[in-house]
Amino acid sequence: MTAANIVLDRAPLSFNLRMRQPRSLIALILIMWIPLTIYVMGGPYLPEAVKNTLLLPSIPATLALYYIAVTSWKESPIAVIGATLVFFWLFVAVTAPYLPLIDPNRPIAPFAGIGEFKKDHLFLLGADFKGRDMLSRDLWGCQRVLVWGVSATLFAYAVGAFFGLIAGYLGGWWDQMISLICNIFLSFPVMVLFILILNYLGPSGFNIVIAVTFASAPAIMRIVRGLTLDTKSRDYIFAAQTRGEHPLRIMIYELLPNARGPIIVDACLRLGYTTVAITTLTFLGLGLQPPDPDWGLMIKESTKVAMVFKFSHMLLIPALSVSSLILGFNLLADGLREMSLRD
Amino acid sequence: MLKLIGSRLVQMVFIMGVISLILFAIFDSDKFKKQIAVAELGGFAVSALSDQDYHSWLEKKGLNVPFFQRYLNWAGGVATGDLGKSFEKNEPVLGLVATRLANTGILAFWVFALMIPLSLTFGVIAGMKEGSAQDRLTSFISVFTTSLPEIATAIILTVIFALGLRWFPANAAMVNGWDWHALVLPVLTLVLYDFGYVARMTRASMAEVMSSQYIRTAVLKGIPYRRVILRHALRNALIAPFTIIVLQLNWLLSGVVVVEVFFQYAGFGKLLLDAALYGDIYVIQAATLVAVFVAVLSQIVSDVGYTFLNPRIRFS
Repeated sequence: MTAANIVLDRAPLSFNLRMRQPRSLIALILIMWIPLTIYVMGGPYLPEAVKNTLLLPSIPATLALYYIAVTSWKESPIAVIGATLVFFWLFVAVTAPYLPLIDPNRPIAPFAGIGEFKKDHLFLLGADFKGRDMLSRDLWGCQRVLVWGVSATLFAYAVGAFFGLIAGYLGGWWDQMISLICNIFLSFPVMVLFILILNYLGPSGFNIVIAVTFASAPAIMRIVRGLTLDTKSRDYIFAAQTRGEHPLRIMIYELLPNARGPIIVDACLRLGYTTVAITTLTFLGLGLQPPDPDWGLMIKESTKVAMVFKFSHMLLIPALSVSSLILGFNLLADGLREMSLRD
Repeated sequence: MLKLIGSRLVQMVFIMGVISLILFAIFDSDKFKKQIAVAELGGFAVSALSDQDYHSWLEKKGLNVPFFQRYLNWAGGVATGDLGKSFEKNEPVLGLVATRLANTGILAFWVFALMIPLSLTFGVIAGMKEGSAQDRLTSFISVFTTSLPEIATAIILTVIFALGLRWFPANAAMVNGWDWHALVLPVLTLVLYDFGYVARMTRASMAEVMSSQYIRTAVLKGIPYRRVILRHALRNALIAPFTIIVLQLNWLLSGVVVVEVFFQYAGFGKLLLDAALYGDIYVIQAATLVAVFVAVLSQIVSDVGYTFLNPRIRFS
């Protein structure tokens, strides 16, 4: 092994996020995430009793994860601030049904200002043009943004990583074919691709997942392909090949876990992009549909009626909410990258 | 070098051909023909239309011609400079796209004219001393502004400067003729978002150059610090930002859609979105191909420019 290789071994590829027990962590993440996803995606089809208890186990899981994140990343204040912002919205998402909030779709007092008391209801953050409580809509709104954003990113990552592993590990004809298709997608400006795909498929959450996959998977594929090419020549890969393991097994159990450092940092950034994309698409009328609240929709509905300073809270509240979530993802990515470079 | 440019251009023409064929196939479906009919005649009228009337309508619009024939007609038209006619606005696509593209060009010009000097200055100052106060401040500002999505920046700026202070109009539709006041907020929105990214890239490039051997040698030789920065460091530190700035053209084509829709600015992005929502196939074709052309061309310019500017690659 040459000196260059030894240096490469210490590069971010080997960084482990300083979390000691990945098994229990994964379990916690699943306990937090799966009920939330079912709750948002299967919303109207769930019986009332299930709906009322579904998110209860997610609350302690979210708090535990936040505790673990803060204690294991305490050397990087940036990562802690980022994690705090992200976990704040996660916590709101899982506790929303149990908070003393009024129904976000119930019209009460149109154009009520911030802190006004009207029709037996205190509007802490005012009301929108239909008289729906802004605080309630804003807090409920994070559920849809988070769930669809993370689902879309995860799916795009699964597809992108799969093709990236194949292109990088198998090389040759596979590599050329996959790279060519990716180049076609990468030559679109992202928003143009989104508009074309969503216009074709029709606006809905699942179609956003598909559109995000088409738009992000080629870039993800390039990153994973590069990491795979980097990792492919390591000794443990040769060892696995000598043991006679199946290429698919090598890709998933040997290559992927060892390239996870840069992938996690990129995924954090990409979560931010996807959140922006979903909000923007909903604003353009190509994303999630009314009446359930989400930030993009709140902005879209308000731009038609609230272009007056007095009513600007209708625009500012969702705009600041989505910004804080994205800031959280970006700071998290920054902090993780910084820690990985320090290792 | 010429061979590289040539092969990239051939690849671009190939990609554009593939894309135009796919788009045509998508918008040739019955769903979109119906969409045009609904948009033009109204939903109620279409549902009351008999099959025969619908077909004669299709014939009048030239939409019932078989797919390949229609595509070949269109492709032949493109070769002779005829991009077809817009269904929605009933005027030639070429003129429509050209006007809108010019409007977006004005927007883009001012975005670049402000963003480039701003981000390069901040990036270079931050990268001169890694870890210093000015470096941390720049990093913080750029993470912050980049984290605000365009839609949020647009809202915040509108609320402050248009609704609150009333310095600039919130609407840039400019129905009463050209008005530079209306351009300020859209330009500022795009600059604020993009500034952070380019500044960070410049900072990284500058920091890398500043830690290299030849800068240390220059400083130890006793050359004044100013001269080291201006004559030795900047030359190499600005190569990477150049490629990134050229690639921002690609980003801008995405970014303008939101900003133009929010501020009602009659530009290219709004044209594309409106055409997609209407199912206006010839406009979509032309707009998408222009977007892809600009995107790929900026990639080529950035690659070629990098090769040209970087002496290590140029002379090897």
